[in-house]
Formats: sequence, C-alpha cells, structure tokens
Amino acid sequence: MEDKKRNEAYNKYIKAKIPKTKPWPSLFNSFWVGGLICVIGQGINDFYLWVFPNISQQTGWSLTLITLIFIAAFLTGIGVYDQIGKFAGGGSIVPITGFSNSITSPSIEFKSEGIIYGICVKMFTIAGPVIVFGVASSMVVGLIYWIISLF
Amino acid sequence: MKTGQKTENSFESKQTIRLKNQPKIIGSYAIVGPKEGKGNFADFFDYVMKNDFFGEKTFEKAERKMLESAITGVIQNAKLQPKDVDLMIAGDLLNQIISSSYAARAFQFPFLGLYGACSTMAESLAIGAVLVDGGFYQNIVCCTGSHFSTAERQYRFPLELGNQRPPTSQWTVTGAGASIVSLQGDGPKITTVTFGKVVDWGINDVNNMGGAMAPAARDTMLAHFRNTKTGPDDYDLIVTGDLGKLGSEILIDLMEDEGITLGMNYCDCGQTYFRRDQKTLCGASGAGCCATVFNSYIIKKLNEGEYHKVLFMPTGALLSTTSSQQGDTIPCVCHAIVVEK
Repeated sequence: MEDKKRNEAYNKYIKAKIPKTKPWPSLFNSFWVGGLICVIGQGINDFYLWVFPNISQQTGWSLTLITLIFIAAFLTGIGVYDQIGKFAGGGSIVPITGFSNSITSPSIEFKSEGIIYGICVKMFTIAGPVIVFGVASSMVVGLIYWIISLF
Repeated sequence: MKTGQKTENSFESKQTIRLKNQPKIIGSYAIVGPKEGKGNFADFFDYVMKNDFFGEKTFEKAERKMLESAITGVIQNAKLQPKDVDLMIAGDLLNQIISSSYAARAFQFPFLGLYGACSTMAESLAIGAVLVDGGFYQNIVCCTGSHFSTAERQYRFPLELGNQRPPTSQWTVTGAGASIVSLQGDGPKITTVTFGKVVDWGINDVNNMGGAMAPAARDTMLAHFRNTKTGPDDYDLIVTGDLGKLGSEILIDLMEDEGITLGMNYCDCGQTYFRRDQKTLCGASGAGCCATVFNSYIIKKLNEGEYHKVLFMPTGALLSTTSSQQGDTIPCVCHAIVVEK
C-alpha cells in the first residue's frame, strides 16, 4: 500500500519533470515536408500523363505510387530516409513513402538472419499492424456503406 | 560461525563488504565505436573502431569481436599472458548474453556469465574482487560491452526506420571495457563493495530509463553511505552509469529528499559521454557506457593521482521486450564499488 502511494507520487513527479517535445516546430516541419512529398507525387503524376498521354488517370496514379515507393525504398537503402524522418516525423511517416520505409528498413536490418527467417518474417513487423487495421477498417466501412445503400 | 554473527569484514548490514586484501585493478582497456570516439572521453580510449562493423559481417559478430579485443587488450595492458588468467566474468545486453559467451569461446578461461544490464561492469568487478580477495583466484578478467546497432535492433526499431526519438531517450554506446583484478601488481584498489537490491518504483516507459533507474541508485547509495558511515564529501568522484541527463537530475532530487546533497563531485557517465552537438538527447546508455569510461578515464585519473577515492555505481534496468510489451514496470538494480588510489 505504502509502495503504491510512493510509486504514484513518483510517476507524477516524473511526468512533470520529463522534457516535452515542442509541438509547434515539429508540426511545422512535418507539415511542409509532408506537403512537399505530396507535391512531388503530383509532379510525377503529371509527368506520366504528359509522357504517356494515352494512359488512363487510374494507371497514372498507380505509376506514381510505384515510383514514390521505389524512391523511398532507395533512399532507405542508402540511409537518407531515416534522416528525413528524424527531421520531419509524421510528415514523412504518413505518406506512402513512410510505408515503404517501414517495410524496407526491417528487410535491410534482418538480412543477416537469412532470406526466410530474416527478411520475409521481419519485413512486416512495423507495417503489419497498419495492413491489419487498413483491411479491418475497410471491412467495417464497406459494411456501413452497404447498410446505407439498402435505404 | 553462528548465523547472524558479524564477520570480520561486515558492516551493519551484509549488503556492503569490505575487502581486507584490497584487490587491485592491474589492467584496463576500452574500445569504442566511431561516434563514441568523437565524444567527450575521446582522448582516453585505448582503441577507436573505424566503423560499426569492425570488419565483420553482422553487428552481433562485431560486438563479440569488440569484447574479444578488449580482453586481449587488457591482458597485454596488465603485462600478463593469457595462461595467467584464472577466470573471466562477463556480460552484455543481448539475449542469452551471446556476445560474452562467444567471446569466452575464443579464450580458454573458465567463464562466468552475468546479466546486470548496464550495471554489469560494477557487478563483474565486485564479484571478481570478492573472489580474488578470498584467495580463490589470482587474476580475473571482468568485461562487458554493448553495441548501438544490436541493442537498437533487439529493443527498439530498425536503424533505417524514419522515426523520431522521444526527448527522454538515450543513445546506446558502442564499446567494450575490460579490467583485470588481482592481488599482485600495481593499480587502484577496490576497497568496498555494495551489492544492490532490485528496486521498482512503477515506471513503465521504456524510453525513460533514467527515471526508472534513479530509485535503484538512490537505494544502493543510501545503503552504502549508511553502512560505511560515509557521505558524498568523502569521495573525490561519485559516478553513476547511464542515468543520463534526466535520471541524474532525478537522483539529485531523490537524495536531496533524504537530506544528502550531491555536489560537484557527482557525475553521470551517460550524461557526460557525448558532446551536445552529437544529438543524443538525454545522453548515453548501455553496458558499454560506464564500462568504457571506467576503464579509460576513471582508471587513468586514479593512476595519475587526480582522484583518490571514487564511488562507481552504475545502474541497470532489468527488463525485456516481452515484459514491457505485457505492460510490466521496470525493475532496476545498482551495484557500487569503491576504488581508491
């Protein structure tokens, strides 16, 4: 009982003591870096539509995504993307480039344990939950959409 | 001897042991990675690696090789032959302490593996000193180390993942330190040893090790001062392991509550390890942090006579990824040794 009280008091003291992340500078950095990634994506999209005028908008988007994923994976491989991430935080995690980084980085890291047990098993350690929640929530949204469409 | 009867060595409580024969640290060796080699203690290390791989294929193999070269180095430093070493006591941070065991494979010494997390250096020195003091062994190698990349991969995220570190996080030191404890030869003496209890004040934030470990340091420090009837002013230097910037401030606060003021002679290896522009947030951590500082800076300053009496008390957080994922709080331990000129 005595211990519990002491622990609570100590946790309270620690909470007041720990340095906080400054919200405004980090929000600002993640905003402009995230925005820049989106602008680059739009640029790539426009470029594809200009070079191949006959492809559909849908195909243009797919090509853009593939290109962005490749660029992020490449930057991860040469050790640049983690520097961007350190600076931008959410700004470089939320776009699809962050997703690419989260799959590439464990693949590089666990290469030493072999292809099956290293790369294949560990590849989705970070991205796995994102995929699970993405699929699960799209199911829920689809269900809601179906119910609404009944009326 | 009847139980409960005081032995010749003993203090008020058996937690603190006075070593009658005063074993000496006759050799010391510290090897560090490139980032550490640019830190505040750069001039004192015996060897700075050119890169984190140390000529090996994986970081785990590099950590192992680091421990091996620390042991080889310390044997040379003490002007001994490998056959003169009677026992090796070592530990590290990896699962099943593989770095130490595999390093021991390279030598034909009897081997005791320890796990005291970041407190391993003091733990191994304390056990080594007690065994030498009792006359059971001649020369004992005490060794520990850690590697940023292996620790990061075991406890946190892949290196190339673009995430931000919380402001309380610390940087695991790539480095290994080794000492040889012996009764023969010259060097600073280990006079008193206090083994710590496991203390847990209910912190479960794995990014705030300093906050979790400070109560353990407080507990051992109080026990040590009470048993030896000394205070902070009796030491030239009181040095904790890797509490970091935040943790050492917390320890100062906690000791203040007990009426003990830690002044200018108190410092923390983790807090002072890196320069400010190396961006390590709360400082350094890891078993290699205090091991490399102790085996380079502190031993050299003791030999030069700048310090006469040092209280070395690194702390260790005894958690695993499983325990923290299950929401458990972090139990910590702190072992103290007194080293005198």
